[in-house]
Amino acid sequence: MKNSAEIVIIGGGISGCATAYYLAKMGCTGVVVLEKEYIASGATGRCGAGVRSQWGLELNCKLTKMSIDMFEELDEETDYDGDTEFKQSGYLMLASTEKEVEQFKKNVELQNRLGIKSELLTPAEALKIVPFLNTDFVMAASFHQKDGHLNPFYVTDAYMKAARRLGVEFYTYTTVKDIKVEKGKVVGVVTDKGEIATNKVLNAAGGWAKEIGEMAGVELPLTPERREILVTEPLEALLDPMVISTSLNFYCQQVPHGSFIMGRGNPHEKEGLNQASSWDFLVNMSQTITKVLPILSQVRVVKQFAGLYMMSPDAAPIYGSVPAVDGLYLAVGFSGHGFMVGPMTGLLMAQHILGKDNEMVFSLDKLDLGRFERGELICEPSVV
Amino acid sequence: MHNKNDLDKVIACRCEDITLGEIRELINKGYTTIDEIKRVSRCGFGPCQGKTCMQLLLAELTQQKGKDIKEIKMPTHRPPTRNIELGVLARGEEDEK
Repeated sequence: MKNSAEIVIIGGGISGCATAYYLAKMGCTGVVVLEKEYIASGATGRCGAGVRSQWGLELNCKLTKMSIDMFEELDEETDYDGDTEFKQSGYLMLASTEKEVEQFKKNVELQNRLGIKSELLTPAEALKIVPFLNTDFVMAASFHQKDGHLNPFYVTDAYMKAARRLGVEFYTYTTVKDIKVEKGKVVGVVTDKGEIATNKVLNAAGGWAKEIGEMAGVELPLTPERREILVTEPLEALLDPMVISTSLNFYCQQVPHGSFIMGRGNPHEKEGLNQASSWDFLVNMSQTITKVLPILSQVRVVKQFAGLYMMSPDAAPIYGSVPAVDGLYLAVGFSGHGFMVGPMTGLLMAQHILGKDNEMVFSLDKLDLGRFERGELICEPSVV
Repeated sequence: MHNKNDLDKVIACRCEDITLGEIRELINKGYTTIDEIKRVSRCGFGPCQGKTCMQLLLAELTQQKGKDIKEIKMPTHRPPTRNIELGVLARGEEDEK
C-alpha cells in the first residue's frame, strides 16, 4: 500500500469511483480509493439503479437531467469493455391521491420549463404504456421517456476501470480506522492495512458516512436506514418503464436480463446499519405489486436483499467542504438517490476538490453542510 | 483425465449459462472473490441462487489462488430458499383461513 496520496477517497461506490475518475481525468495524480469490501458492495450495488429527472425541485431536476446525459455517454466516456445496460424506457409515475395529481401538474410544468420532456397522462394513456396496469389505484400519471435504469455493478466497474487506467489506485477489503486531523487540517488516514499521509479526504462512504465523519471529529446529520428489494425469475420482455408511486409506496422495473426488481420503504424502519432481509417486506411487497400489476402474481421471487439509504434531514445530498476541518470533503446523505446523480457527483466533487468551482455547470452552494445551521433546508416533494 | 481446455467448456452456472472458462477469465482479470465474480458475471444470480455454482466457484478460487477454503468468504445467503410466486406470498394469510 502507498504511504502517501494527494487525495484519499473513502468508499468504492458510484460516488467514490466517479469522483476518482474525474479527478484523474483532470490531471490529478496520486488518487487512492479505499473500500472496506468490494467495489459497489454498499448502496450502489444494492439499489434499484433507476434514474429519473422527474422531480419537484429545480435543483433535483437539473442534477438528474445532467446525470442522465452523462449516463448516455458513459460507455464511450470510460471506454468500457462491456455495456452498462442503460435502458431508457422511461419512468411511469403514478398519482393515486388528489394531492399527488396537483403535485404532478406542478412538477411537469417545472420539468418542461427546464427542458425535461415529461408529460401528464390520464389512466387510459398510462395503459398504453403498461397494458396490464390496474388503473383502479391510478388518478393520473406522469411519464418521461429518457428516464430509465442501468446495471449498477457495470456502471461502477466502468468508472473504476477508467480511473485505474489513469493511475488511480484502488484498495478493496481495506477498512478505514481513523482520520488524522492536526490543527484543524487533515494529515492522514489510518487503515487496517497501513497508514496513508494525505491532506485531502473525500467521505463517500454511503451508509457508513456518519462513522467516517466522526473519525475526523465531525458530527454529520445523517441516519442510515435499511431498504429492501426483491428479484424475480427472468421473463420475456413485458414491462418497458419503471413504474413508481410515492403514495402506494413501491417501484418496479424489468431489467434487460428479464428479472423484475421491486422495492418499497417501511415507515416503521428503525435507523441503523442492519442489512438483513425481513419477512414483512416480502409479504407487503407482494401484496402491493399484485394489486397494481396483477399479471405478476404467478411470477416467482428468487431472492430478496437489502441495502442502506443514508438519510439527510431534508432528503437531499450534502456536498462540498467542511468548514471546521480543512481538507475534508463530503459527498454524503443521498437519501436513496445517490446512484442517479453519481456522474454529476463525480464531476462536481472533482472540480470542487481541485478548486475549480468557477468551472462548474451546477453550483453546490445550496447543498453544503452549512444549510442545516442556516435553516435553509431543501424539501423535495417527490421522494420514494 | 480431462485436460484444461475441456474443463473450460464445463457449465459452472446452469441458470445463467456461465462456463468455467469464463470464470477463470474473470479471476485472471483480477476479480478474486466470490462476491465480485457473482456481480460482474451473474453467476449464482439465477433461480437456484447458486446451489451448484457457488461450490464450483469456491473450488476454483482455492485452486487458482492457492488459498485455504476457510480463507474464502461465501456470499450472504438471502431468502427465500426456494422460489415462491408473488401471488402465493400476497395471499398467504387468506389461504390459511
